[in-house]
Amino acid sequence: MAHFLIRRLISLGLTLLLAALVVFVVLEVLPGDPARLMLGLEAREDTVQALREQMGLNRPVIERFFVWLGGLATGDLGVSYTYSVPVRELVAARLPVTLPLALMALTLAVALALPAGVWAASRRGQTTDTGLMALTQVGIAIPNFWFAMLLVYVFAVTLRLVPSGGFPGWQAGPGAALTALMLPAIALALPQAAILTRVMRSALIDTLGEDYIRTARAKGLSQRAALWGHALRNALIPVLTILGLQFAFLITGTIIIENVFYLPGIGRLIFQAITQRDLIVVKSVVVLLVGLVILVTFLVDIAYALVDPRLRRKA
Amino acid sequence: MTRAHTSFVIGAVISGLVALSAAVSLVWTPHAIDTLNVAAKLQGPSAEHLLGTDQYGRDLLSMLMVGARTSIAVALVAVGIGLGVGLPLGLLAARRGGVLDEAVMRFNDLVFAFPALLSAVLITALMGPGAFNAILAIGIFNIPVFARVARGAALALSSREYLMAARVAGKGEVRVTLEHILPNIASLLIVQASIQFSLGILAEAGLSYVGLGAQPPLTSWGRMLNEAQTMMAFAPQLALYPGLAIIITVIGLNLLGDGLRDLTDPRLRRRTA
Repeated sequence: MAHFLIRRLISLGLTLLLAALVVFVVLEVLPGDPARLMLGLEAREDTVQALREQMGLNRPVIERFFVWLGGLATGDLGVSYTYSVPVRELVAARLPVTLPLALMALTLAVALALPAGVWAASRRGQTTDTGLMALTQVGIAIPNFWFAMLLVYVFAVTLRLVPSGGFPGWQAGPGAALTALMLPAIALALPQAAILTRVMRSALIDTLGEDYIRTARAKGLSQRAALWGHALRNALIPVLTILGLQFAFLITGTIIIENVFYLPGIGRLIFQAITQRDLIVVKSVVVLLVGLVILVTFLVDIAYALVDPRLRRKA
Repeated sequence: MTRAHTSFVIGAVISGLVALSAAVSLVWTPHAIDTLNVAAKLQGPSAEHLLGTDQYGRDLLSMLMVGARTSIAVALVAVGIGLGVGLPLGLLAARRGGVLDEAVMRFNDLVFAFPALLSAVLITALMGPGAFNAILAIGIFNIPVFARVARGAALALSSREYLMAARVAGKGEVRVTLEHILPNIASLLIVQASIQFSLGILAEAGLSYVGLGAQPPLTSWGRMLNEAQTMMAFAPQLALYPGLAIIITVIGLNLLGDGLRDLTDPRLRRRTA
């Protein structure tokens, strides 16, 4: 296990480094002059020069990369050009919206999908199973932001049960904050749940066909006991894989959904930064999100190795 | 007819109809969509405008037809990029193995960490928004997908006798790959292409919706949803139609992919027969 862990840690470090390099090259090397790109062609030369100074663009590229990397490692993400505020503070102010939203969506998706998948698998081929699978086909095809618009129309505009957007802040009390995040979380969770339900169902059907399940049944276990006692635990491995892969979609989904509900989260920060051409913010926030995706993939890998010793040897 | 056949036929019909309406829009739409007629704005369905009009008086059905063209073009080219780069990479990794294989796999991991939206953010910051960005961002994400499928499938074939026989007969690696490996993994690639195509339609919609993809005057389904958002309270139908168009197209493509997979996988064929 130690050998496996060391190999995976080295690969994690390397992937993180390369991802940072890609972001750096796209935003700092390819534009030629990032300061000019940020300020536009009409900007006065002395203004551009001042920004070059602030961004350290007069120093060699390699030095700049390592200075930026050092900053990332110590939590210094630079100072936003448009807000004149450290990027770290901008991110910290928006995480309390984005993070709870993503977690709520994830919890809801899993809470819906696992029982639904088990239920469908245990009734394989029956009308309820076919019906549920047809429903998940539709769920997979629904763009989450469109579903979000629909939810706003029904629950906010027509029924007036919840606000149509905006975020009161956690200081307004957890009730108001959670209410504001409820529709966005549902919009994010349902398409995810559709995918997870299908994975859960097919993983469970696969494991139910294994020899050890037949043995368990031959020993006299009921189908239900074999399912809960043996099959379910083994079927969770592919579900975990997909959950890890879905994480990237959860992040990007959250960013898009924040737009529908005018939530002041990381997504809005990115889009404002793009509109204002604040490359300093774009660079750091993108690298943070990409880093998060890489880290989750790593944790999922470690998690399976813990659950399934066979995978340790293979890697 | 087996279930695989049913999926395939329904999927093919839906996908075919969407593609046909996009193709027809190249030469004919019920109304021109580049002329604004504010006097006729937000009309309900009528004989003149089957689905009604938008806030600028443009015919919604015509917009949907033209929008299909953009959505399909973006998703199709993105699949092309994924196949064009990913397939040779995957085949090369499977054939050569060793360091090259490891490098391709690590490259895959790296690209997987950049979901299309984040790539699009980077590309837009560099070059400004546009449909081309969406194509590039989605296409880049497709590369590791095809590389992985091609590599896996080629590795599974690597110990087959007919490959050995072809080599003994004096065929070079390139010929063996083109004449023997490629035809045998083609069905897997086609299935994956249909899946990536439907994901591409969804991704294009998301990117254009947040303003990173198609820009006016270009119309796409995502672009229509972007314009519909502020009208939600008065004219929800503006958001309804493009959304339904996306859902129907994606379901069609997914059914097509499922059907193809089941029809081309002999293990499943035996089970369903």
